[in-house]
Amino acid sequence: MADKRSALATNMRQNVAFYSAIAMLVALYLVYNMLHPRGFSAAVLIQNSNESVAIVFLAMAQTVPVLLGGLDLSVGAIMTLANCIASEVVNGSPLQIVLGMIITLATGTAFGLVNGLIVVYGRLQPIIATLATGAVAVGLALFIRPVPGGNVDDDISWALTNDLYEFVDTYGLFDADAGWFQTISWIPVPLLIVVMIAFGVWLPFKRTVTGRTIYAIGSAEGAAYMSGLPIDRAKIAAFTLAGFFAACGGLYLAIQTSSGNADITQAGAYTLNSIAAVVVGGTSLLGGVGGAIGSLVGALILRVISFYFRIVSIDPLLQPLVEGLVLLVAVSLGAFRTLRVKNQLNLFR
Amino acid sequence: MPIDSPIVKLSGVSKHFSGTRALEGVDFSCRSGTIHGILGENGAGKSTLIKILSGVLQPDAGTIEVSGEAVRFSNPDQAAVSGIVCIFQELSLVPDLSVADNISIAAPPRTRFGLIDKRAQNRRAEELLARIKCEDVDPNSLVRELSLSRRQMVEIAKALGKDPKVLILDEATSALTSRDVETVYGLLAELRAAGVASLFISHRMHEIDKLCDMLSVFRNGQHIETFAKGAHSEGEIVKLMIGREVTAHYPPKPAPVPKPAYLTIDKLAWEGQLKGIDLRIGKGEIVGLGGLDGQGQKELLLGLFGVLRGLQGEVAILDNPCRPGSPAEAKSAAMRIALVPEDRKTEGLMLAMSIADNLLAASYDRVSDGPFINQDKARQAVSEGIAKLQIKVASPDDIVSTLSGGNQQKVVIAKWLMTDPDVILLNDPTRGIDVGTKQEIYKLIRELADRGKTILLYSSDYAELIGCCDRVAVMYDGEIVAKLSGGAITEEAIVAASLNVGTQSSLPAAGARHG
Repeated sequence: MADKRSALATNMRQNVAFYSAIAMLVALYLVYNMLHPRGFSAAVLIQNSNESVAIVFLAMAQTVPVLLGGLDLSVGAIMTLANCIASEVVNGSPLQIVLGMIITLATGTAFGLVNGLIVVYGRLQPIIATLATGAVAVGLALFIRPVPGGNVDDDISWALTNDLYEFVDTYGLFDADAGWFQTISWIPVPLLIVVMIAFGVWLPFKRTVTGRTIYAIGSAEGAAYMSGLPIDRAKIAAFTLAGFFAACGGLYLAIQTSSGNADITQAGAYTLNSIAAVVVGGTSLLGGVGGAIGSLVGALILRVISFYFRIVSIDPLLQPLVEGLVLLVAVSLGAFRTLRVKNQLNLFR
Repeated sequence: MPIDSPIVKLSGVSKHFSGTRALEGVDFSCRSGTIHGILGENGAGKSTLIKILSGVLQPDAGTIEVSGEAVRFSNPDQAAVSGIVCIFQELSLVPDLSVADNISIAAPPRTRFGLIDKRAQNRRAEELLARIKCEDVDPNSLVRELSLSRRQMVEIAKALGKDPKVLILDEATSALTSRDVETVYGLLAELRAAGVASLFISHRMHEIDKLCDMLSVFRNGQHIETFAKGAHSEGEIVKLMIGREVTAHYPPKPAPVPKPAYLTIDKLAWEGQLKGIDLRIGKGEIVGLGGLDGQGQKELLLGLFGVLRGLQGEVAILDNPCRPGSPAEAKSAAMRIALVPEDRKTEGLMLAMSIADNLLAASYDRVSDGPFINQDKARQAVSEGIAKLQIKVASPDDIVSTLSGGNQQKVVIAKWLMTDPDVILLNDPTRGIDVGTKQEIYKLIRELADRGKTILLYSSDYAELIGCCDRVAVMYDGEIVAKLSGGAITEEAIVAASLNVGTQSSLPAAGARHG
């Protein structure tokens, strides 16, 4: 028992950044709901979840290359590309819809794979390689969808952007009014999707040798090599996984908006916000420390902060300024730990 | 396989690096169930030999046989599969992963689904750590949180976990506490009984003498001689290594004269790791810091150099309080303190930068006109520094990491001498350095003292404290437990004080402080 407790204490100490991010999110969201006229209602929760999915996926996508010690500037572009592809193919018969989703995700994943291959075999710095491939992705997206629009199956749009009740009801899976179902029928589907992918893909991946190699590379690439770890494979896998997460974001965006839009500005903004979310979520830009779940929380923190603008009256012209200041404060919180460091050498790993 | 055939055999192995030869036509073999010492100065080719054996480098010419079969390793992984495992001098641990993760890093235990089995991994780590008596290391703690000596033990546990047939230890004991060194000795004997061949590289002669069955001497990239222990005397071995006669190990000490205190340390305390240090060091005096690893010696030096926050107590140079808030302040004209840090690879050098840039790093203000670096002055300062310490460089513009360990350390020392310090703090400056360079450094330290510098030298090698220092302060658990001077500086006295025996009436739990 004492052993378990000390293991827990060790875990808490090693993940201070992550746990403080969770605490911050809970506090922010509670206050938001208290201030909101319709706070603590299912409608608010569903709307907020819907608006958070894309950035959460992008933050998770960005996490993997950052853990390597790199940056992926193409995540927003891959999302945009996936979004445009989905707006073409996610419709028709149920089989066609599923196939369309698979095509969308596969394209994004393949794009990530190409990023990885270029970084590993082209021996380029990730930041510059992905700057170039990101431009290619947006170019392809524009080619597919020169003007915004497209067609996404209405049923799937409705079912995936509401609560579980509507999902079950839309597809007539079972009696949605069944008594046992009441306790969980309020849960928003987007929230479930995010949680399922985060915990179903990221957590197992982290426990593979490839996953751990990514941490090892970011922490000390030389030591990783000397330990005989599969470095090339891990780097390729990292960018591939980033492509997959980014495609998830793009697919959801298409389902949520029922359309595709090759918006270059939006792609860039999403990429930059994903980096901010990664940092707020406790992942070190130097690599080796952090994780996608932290980034999920970080992205939610950024979203909740922007939700505040709806209920607190601030001149829309001042919004970017306030948003920037809040972000600065949020990322500064992580720097407080350095004030407690007594041996100044420990400030520089 | 006949019993007598070597487990590893190299024939005609050569390796060149951009013009310089690191190994030339080396024939070398070692047998199962032996501990085989490899001796040579830095730059003699030992590191290259090890790197070739363990798959980090590929030879330009020659063949390698393992158990009679020709092999070619293109990476460390393949060597490990053939049973050759190396414990490197530069640690191969990943700081942000846990101890258990690191120990099983290449081939972790898996669950049915192919995922890493954390519980089995922790159990495995505990077993391996228990084998080397490191039960105090928590498998869940991050490697970053461990002291250098604990990291080294984890490194050894990691190597053991690979079930080696040939275990290479490259200066693996240089960072260890005396207790751990004994554990490693025991382990090597155990492995020998189990038929493992150990290749042991060390600069500590008594270690080699105590442990090894066979010795091989390398010089200038060539294999000079392999012989059984006892075939040559210590003096003969040193002669084989450096190819010249060694007369005196340490420069003669001047007659002890009491010197007025120049640096005064009073009741210095920090975070429970320094508990009231009192020490006075005179101008022209070399004071040694002794004791087991991790008793606060490093913290004392860092504290004096302005790295630690929240120090308590007084430090003064003559009568002026001297409490720098940063290394920049410590080296300023008011204080003139220099520190040669413990780990030259991370704290001493910027490995990717040129020798010239590294030499100038602490003294740019001396070679600048206003905000601009004066290239002429810089060049002159660099060539003076190189000449003063006789650093063997092809060109000052070469990257510093291309130098051998001994020459790298000379660069670090030269860098600080260029600031013209009055107080010189040295943290184990000869660790992992060849005999020749060590002697040059001893001579230099004495010359500096003769020129009126105040020197505080921490060394993990007792012989060095005895040979170099005018006085020795031995630390134990954040305190100075003994101050020795003159003829009282003996190995027995230092060892006894290090273990804190004989100075107090009660025996302390000597193992309790490790960790």
